[in-house]
Amino acid sequence: MFDWFVLPFTLGLVFLLGFIAWKFTSWIKSLTQEDQEKLVKSLATRKTLVSIREIISESLLHRKIFKTNRMLGYMHMSLAFGWLLLILAGNLESRIFNHGEMGPPYVPIFFRFFHPNPEIFRFHQEFSFLMDLLLVFVLSGVALAYYKRLNSKFLGLKKTTKHVMGDRIALTALWFIFPLRLLAESFSSGAFGGGSFLTSTTGSFLNSFLPSEILYYPFWLAYSSALGMFFVALPFSRYMHIPTETLLIVLRNAGIKEQKSHTGFTDVELNSCSRCGICIDSCQLSSAAAINNVQSVYQLRDIRYNTVDQDRSLNCLMCGRCDQACPVGIDIAAIRQIKRNELNPGMKEEYSYVHPAKAQQADVVYFAGCMSHLTPSIKHSVVQSFKKGGINFWFMDETESICCGRPLLLAGKSEEAKALMQKNKTAIEQSHAKALVTNCPICYKMFKNEYGLDIPVYHHSQYFAGLIENNLMQLEKQNITAVYHDPCELGRGSNVYKEPRKVLNQALTLISAEEEGEKSLCCGGSLGNTTISTEQRNKITQDACDTLLKQNPDVLITSCPLCKKTFQKVSDVPVYDLAEIVNGAIVINTKNKSKANQNSKIIKKELLEEEISNQTYPD
Amino acid sequence: MPDFGYKISKDRQINFDENSKNLFAEVAMREPSVYRCISCGTCAATCSAAQFTSYSLRKMILLLKRGEDKEVITSVSRCMLCGKCQLACPMGVNTRNLILSIQNAIKKLSHV
Ligand code: SF4
Ligand code: SF4
Ligand code: SF4
Ligand code: SF4
Ligand code: SF4
Repeated sequence: MFDWFVLPFTLGLVFLLGFIAWKFTSWIKSLTQEDQEKLVKSLATRKTLVSIREIISESLLHRKIFKTNRMLGYMHMSLAFGWLLLILAGNLESRIFNHGEMGPPYVPIFFRFFHPNPEIFRFHQEFSFLMDLLLVFVLSGVALAYYKRLNSKFLGLKKTTKHVMGDRIALTALWFIFPLRLLAESFSSGAFGGGSFLTSTTGSFLNSFLPSEILYYPFWLAYSSALGMFFVALPFSRYMHIPTETLLIVLRNAGIKEQKSHTGFTDVELNSCSRCGICIDSCQLSSAAAINNVQSVYQLRDIRYNTVDQDRSLNCLMCGRCDQACPVGIDIAAIRQIKRNELNPGMKEEYSYVHPAKAQQADVVYFAGCMSHLTPSIKHSVVQSFKKGGINFWFMDETESICCGRPLLLAGKSEEAKALMQKNKTAIEQSHAKALVTNCPICYKMFKNEYGLDIPVYHHSQYFAGLIENNLMQLEKQNITAVYHDPCELGRGSNVYKEPRKVLNQALTLISAEEEGEKSLCCGGSLGNTTISTEQRNKITQDACDTLLKQNPDVLITSCPLCKKTFQKVSDVPVYDLAEIVNGAIVINTKNKSKANQNSKIIKKELLEEEISNQTYPD
Repeated sequence: MPDFGYKISKDRQINFDENSKNLFAEVAMREPSVYRCISCGTCAATCSAAQFTSYSLRKMILLLKRGEDKEVITSVSRCMLCGKCQLACPMGVNTRNLILSIQNAIKKLSHV
């Protein structure tokens, strides 16, 4: 069974499979040694089953996209899953027909050309029906894709992704594949009979005014060419995500992660991005500040095609909202960070002028961080709370503060950051403390993940929550309603959501905000973005603040000095750090109720005075 | 020379024919908010690096504008990028990017 028209399809398929095999091999080869071992070990274990399940639910059924938007999910599913079913059913049909023989791969694809009106075999009617049904399923997805280009809001997307050349060719081919299949099968049916409810109907309709006998061949040729074109363009387009995502799932389940520099895994992640554009809508740079060319989808694309530039790579808040929204689960922040490190410009600095703090022996080291020195009421509150709680602590950066190094790190200056880290680390180790507490989530993330300290690191919310849990600290509930803002670095960045709420619930009434927890907005102050202008920042801050204050709380609470400082510029209600609330609500002696009440009243007054001074002068 | 109790200071005239303003031009192109600076010195007052060493963004901007690049080149990298100056600046100068831009520009111009 052969006809010349199958060549474009067959050659395209051979090219595609060869290309994928070559790419996969080179990616796996450029994994680190350790990762390669992990991969080998994970094969043929329970992890393989997990991978298979995930490939079915994500790559075929697109469960996560369904969660974002049903219509968009259906579109992806009908194309991916529908097409696969079409191929599987076609294979089965041709196998039964050929009594179990496989034959060349084009036979099932062009089955209706070779056997338009199949000489009766078992289930031939059922198969015709099934194939038509599946074609309708896929065509409905194609129709949605057409419609998405015209009107993306319908599919839950405010903006669709702009395309590169490879994408356009592949997309055009993809748009034509299934309509052409429909026409080819219809003309065959019109000329020779066969088909089911769809193809035979359109077939006899077309046959009523068109010469099917002449037209069927060119349409089969066109169908084969569209397939061939799609296969050839696929590796150079976003559709490379289809094969790559399966590899990504396997690698991820083997425990492989992004490293500090570009590895084969990075390439796999880059190629797994389907450019679905879901990350664009989660990005506040786009929704609040009208910056539309820096979002993760573009960053990943630019890295993949080697066209990334430093400004665009630095123009990102590193807020992690896109990471959280990405249905493929790409570690976007890590990839952007790798790129920033590579592009790191400028001059090296050893910071030889900085001398480490003189260590004091204490149980707990308290690190306030630069931003807390700009919001003195926060560090004051932490210190007071520690004193009231009788904690033996050393305020490490009370007079001379050395930055934790995260801002340098975020700007891609990891070597410079290390120089500063070493200074802080020396002092912490010399203090022989048993724990490090900081009220800055930026510092917290840095100390926890980058410093490699032997002692536990706590954010003040965690530390206070621990004290309360162990009855070492009690808070008095006040008649205040508040909305809590999750700082990016603490929530999405460090997965600390519960503790701040646990503490705050003791002291006041929390009301939930529109976007909170994993979906929390960025305050706009982020140190991760150096490029953005002050005006653009302000827009993001205003937008985030408006969203947070929709329920009209008495106060806005956060647990990051930078968030506080940023929101203060625009908020209509007072903005507090969790530490200030704790300090205002601590009950020193629970037995002596009157004294405690008196105390909390005084503190309330203190808070109020501070609030007034906050509004007059920035602290 | 007899000791009069004072010395004659070195000539501090700036010769704009000799000083090149290329570095400033390059920096201003990358971060135009540098034009907003009113030399108030808030940035220097809050600076983390200035606690340890002589370092002033205010001074650097002035020197740059005058084409006195030498001191800028030797000291600009002392910044820890902590961002305090940016939050403190009353004029909304994008100080962190300004500092990165100075570093970039120095690197670029010294290669030319
Ligand atoms: S990064 Fe994720 S969300 Fe963004 S376009 Fe790619 S796959 Fe979609
Ligand atoms: S990390 Fe935040 S700012 Fe950066 S691209 Fe993602 S959503 Fe946008
Ligand atoms: S991360 Fe920010 S707040 Fe924390 S020490 Fe560094 S600069 Fe200061
Ligand atoms: S705080 Fe701003 S305006 Fe004042 S000197 Fe520094 S950069 Fe210039
Ligand atoms: S960012 Fe640099 S110049 Fe600004 S306050 Fe920090 S150390 Fe000083």
